[in-house]
Amino acid sequence: MTRSIAELAAVLAAALFIFALYWMNDPKTARNGVIAGVTGMTLAILATWIQPEIVHHGWVVLAIAAGFAVGVPLSRVPLTAVPQRTALSHAFGGLAAGLVGTAEYLLGVEAHPAELTAFRMSALVAEVILGFLTFTGSLMAAAKLQEVKWIPQRPVTYPGQNFVNIGVLVVAVALGALVAANPTASWSGTAFHAIVALSILFGVLLIIPIGGADMPTVISILNSYAGLSAVAMGFVLNSKLLVTAGALDGSSGLILSIIMCRAMNRSFTNVLFGAFGTVQKAVTTGEQKTWKQESVEGAAQLLEQASLVVIIPGYGMAVAQAQHKVRELYDQLTKRGVTVKFAIHPVAGRMPGHMNVLLAEADVPYTALVEMDEINPEMPQCDVAMVIGANDVVNPAARYVKGSPIYGMPIIDADKARTVLAIKRSKKPGFAGIDNELYVQDNTWMLFGDATAVLGDLVKQFGSGGLH
Amino acid sequence: MIDGLMASETAAAAPPVDYWSMLFVFVLATFIGLGVIRRVSRLLYTPLMSLTNAISAIAVVGSLVVAGADYPVTIRVLGAVALFASMTNIVSGFMITNRMLKMFKKQ
Repeated sequence: MTRSIAELAAVLAAALFIFALYWMNDPKTARNGVIAGVTGMTLAILATWIQPEIVHHGWVVLAIAAGFAVGVPLSRVPLTAVPQRTALSHAFGGLAAGLVGTAEYLLGVEAHPAELTAFRMSALVAEVILGFLTFTGSLMAAAKLQEVKWIPQRPVTYPGQNFVNIGVLVVAVALGALVAANPTASWSGTAFHAIVALSILFGVLLIIPIGGADMPTVISILNSYAGLSAVAMGFVLNSKLLVTAGALDGSSGLILSIIMCRAMNRSFTNVLFGAFGTVQKAVTTGEQKTWKQESVEGAAQLLEQASLVVIIPGYGMAVAQAQHKVRELYDQLTKRGVTVKFAIHPVAGRMPGHMNVLLAEADVPYTALVEMDEINPEMPQCDVAMVIGANDVVNPAARYVKGSPIYGMPIIDADKARTVLAIKRSKKPGFAGIDNELYVQDNTWMLFGDATAVLGDLVKQFGSGGLH
Repeated sequence: MIDGLMASETAAAAPPVDYWSMLFVFVLATFIGLGVIRRVSRLLYTPLMSLTNAISAIAVVGSLVVAGADYPVTIRVLGAVALFASMTNIVSGFMITNRMLKMFKKQ
């Protein structure tokens, strides 16, 4: 009886999860998706809990309570910290898979060696390797995003790095194959622990050469791994619901990774093994152009006289927490009949969709947020392109400088606008360490300073009535 | 759903696991996933990631059995930590998704 309830709950939960993702196709229906997801999850948990083999209810209650105690504050982080939170949740997902896999192996060896068939053992080894590498890899990514002091932000590389990384993984997989073939041999326990240790090590090594600009791709790839480890767990536990949910998560991570890679014109292997941002060739331009600085008053005038303003936000906007000031500027301009659009590059920020969430938080209507491919044809009609804390995604060098690390990356055509206003924190080059010729174009005017402060001054210009 | 995990002596012997049907489910679910995710609004990629993260924390059902069944204490400790980790993802994943989605307004 309880078994049938569990099966029925699993089918319902799987269907609800698919609906949850389906409703994400439109911001209007998206919140139904959360309700569907929560319902499916609750059903699945309760149906498992009522099974007769669950006898230590105190343990379950305690662990669930601890999950709430940590989960609730984690859901209230400021939205600029969402990339870290996401990486951390991938780490938790990987950890759960790794631990359950380990427990299953220990149990199997002790009590049911006959159940450790080659197929089940292979799934188990895959679960453990994927789980633990996702765990430490995501922890490292979260630490880099949080800018934890003792973890270097810049990519760290050394000679033979890829050889070492791949070597560690190959040894882990080879040991896994041996253990899968001989799960109960006298040395298998030791080998199993070695697999765990190597996977934990591999996760760390994998993220060491990764830099901030690659984070949107890396987070997506780790998302995919977390999903796959859940699939492997489903195979081990013979749970179709787990396989389904893991496959949904895995395919979501896969699609996002592909979109992110395309948006940077790079391949998976290039992201994971390419160490973006370390190649800082001194680009020697024939003549050294300099930038022209604009006053806040002048910028305000330019904006007021425009009919179409396109704002291009980047990670700098997130760092400066400038999204609310951006909204105030948006309000001032739209009030004066200026059309304002936001051009969102797929890899702007530190995770997929990062800019959209920040601007939505500041109450910018989502109808004003426009994708790169849609906005680019409009750029020649744009009077003012306003770059806020973005750099590589508007660098025209991506079109033709073959040696540049960003060569071939699709960019937002800010340079085609009639005038460009760029707010920049410092006069240093951007993340990839490449000079941006957009800033020295004839029609570009720079506003140096913290984005929040500069935008605040700009909004004041409109508010004081000094402009008519 | 959790046949592979039967440990109690009273339970009937677990039926042999049909790996082919599991593989079948995996392939079909991946196709559904690819089809559904491709339609997700590009505006919502960040909440999508937190939502799929919460959903894949369905690993909670595996952790729950390992933590709550009559297994040796070391095993149950592993299970309890896994249950804690999955539960954290469920709670924070759904809550932050909801929080972000509330912010997307048309006007």
